[in-house]
Amino acid sequence: MRTAFHFQGVPVSWRSLGITLVVAALLLAVPTVLNPYQTILISYGLVMAIAALGFNLLLGYTGLTSFGHSAYFGVGAYTVAFLVKYLGVTSMELYIIVGFVVSAVISAVFGFLCVRYTLVFFSILTLALSQVLWSLAFKFFWVTGGTDGIRVPRPSLLAGTFQFTGSGAFLRFVNSYYYYLLVVFAVCVGVMWLIVHSPFGKALQAIRDNATRAEFIAVRVWHYRYAAFLISGVFTGLAGVLWVPLNGLTTPDVFYWPFSGEIVFMTVLGGFRNFTGPIVGAMIFNYLKTYAVATTEYWQFLLGAVLIALVMVLPAGIVGTAMQLLARLRKEA
Amino acid sequence: MGTLIIQVLNSLLYASALFLIAAGLSLIYGVMRIVNLAHGTMYAVGAYVAAWAVGAAAGRIPVLGLYALIPLGAIVVAALGMVLEPLLLRPLYKRTEEYVLLATFGLLMVIDDGIRFVWGGTPLSASVLWEHMGGIQIFGLRYPIYNLMVFLVGVLAAFLLWLLVYRTHFGLLLRATSQNMRMASALGLNVKRVYVQAFGIGCFMAGLGGAIVVPSQAAVLGMGVDALVLAFVVVVIGGLGSLEGAFVGALIVSFVRTLGITFFPEIELAVLYLIAAVVLLIRPTGLFGKAS
Repeated sequence: MRTAFHFQGVPVSWRSLGITLVVAALLLAVPTVLNPYQTILISYGLVMAIAALGFNLLLGYTGLTSFGHSAYFGVGAYTVAFLVKYLGVTSMELYIIVGFVVSAVISAVFGFLCVRYTLVFFSILTLALSQVLWSLAFKFFWVTGGTDGIRVPRPSLLAGTFQFTGSGAFLRFVNSYYYYLLVVFAVCVGVMWLIVHSPFGKALQAIRDNATRAEFIAVRVWHYRYAAFLISGVFTGLAGVLWVPLNGLTTPDVFYWPFSGEIVFMTVLGGFRNFTGPIVGAMIFNYLKTYAVATTEYWQFLLGAVLIALVMVLPAGIVGTAMQLLARLRKEA
Repeated sequence: MGTLIIQVLNSLLYASALFLIAAGLSLIYGVMRIVNLAHGTMYAVGAYVAAWAVGAAAGRIPVLGLYALIPLGAIVVAALGMVLEPLLLRPLYKRTEEYVLLATFGLLMVIDDGIRFVWGGTPLSASVLWEHMGGIQIFGLRYPIYNLMVFLVGVLAAFLLWLLVYRTHFGLLLRATSQNMRMASALGLNVKRVYVQAFGIGCFMAGLGGAIVVPSQAAVLGMGVDALVLAFVVVVIGGLGSLEGAFVGALIVSFVRTLGITFFPEIELAVLYLIAAVVLLIRPTGLFGKAS
């Protein structure tokens, strides 16, 4: 693998650069090439990719299995919904700023409680805390709308420059919001890439592989795990913020633990031991679920069977397996 | 006074069902170090099988005979568990625990929808058993005898399980595997077989819980997931892997829940999860758990 250039001290190969550029070009062409339905589908995929990317900082890089990431996604989503319902805010940028702050606060509190544990206790504690939020969203129906949820109209983009009312607003919104998401997605991918390739990211991986040894070389394990938790929660919260305008509605389901399971699912589907795995996994999971829901009443059965097969046959996920195959081909050639 | 006693009885009824589910979950974790996310669905399968069997046989055999069909739910679930463990979970023990967790999550999705496929979306009821026993008067209020039976079955099951684990040779093998699987294996213990048996017993408990509860409630879709989350709360409070913990945890959860429904219905669930979170923070291994 020849190195194209160094970015922030990290070598970037020609191959990764090429793949990134091709994917970027394809993503840019989506609204002009594909129909609005497909554009919306990919928009959902981008949103979930941000959530999975954040989640994977914990699972893949720090070695902590959170089974409660629905909490941060839901906090992002409900922050937007409350801004609409109680303050009448319609600006997407305000949603992002406030959602960012609120999910950071919640992640800071939850993370403080959770990161002193690892393994199954960490999973159960994150799950329990997410369920607290779920039951609050579910029961305080006069605040949250209960199971009916809260409707969120189309927001204005770029400080009110783009409004979406009147005829044809829906299609204009689909395309504009897609590009909006794409930019945020690109920023998120870039930031996460820098994080995992930074000394901080390397320290996380050291903790994942052996926490005791990491401590021996003066890595402050608790602090690093806490920071990873915080970043992870904020990314997932941001995904929740971006998801609501797309969905037009938020319900307590985004807090419910099977949704956390879906986030784990898509990350493992793509492969959690590499950077692009969660992105690919989120995109494919999104298609898989849409396809399954559209074709059969028993879509949950289908997804469950896929998950079991995946865990048993492709533990490295799609990207991980593809990379293994590629490496083997290269060795033989 | 009457209402108070009824509420206490209801809590006990609820506690015994919860204990059966949570004890199974705890036993499986204790011996195998697996958190079985499909455990709640096993409880649901038990409920559906029992309700279906009772519904199919009703009118053909005397009502007393129908009571004998209740254990069928537990047996079917145990058999299901003993097939699934070697088939799906055993190949994953070599890998990190996330994989087993995910496999059981997949199993949950599959079985949950499998129930809908087999029995459809309408609730299945076995209330004939519940009605047949009639009720007794407690301080002028009528209380169904069947509910008292459920409580008795719960206590009996707790006692038998305790006997099995602490007073039999098989229990010794279970505890040995739980304490040190490699050592037990090195000493010639067939750990694979112990795993299948432990998983089977755990599933049996869940199935029994579902089967004895179904005459007083009805089998509905989604009952498994609800049960799982509550059983989680129970084992977290009591301590993962501890039977005493499951017992005390079930009592705590059901009494808090009964109080919650009466006095603070909005935050009833939140309080339960908060108790679980607080216990985890103060005593990560739960009230009765041992540090691993």
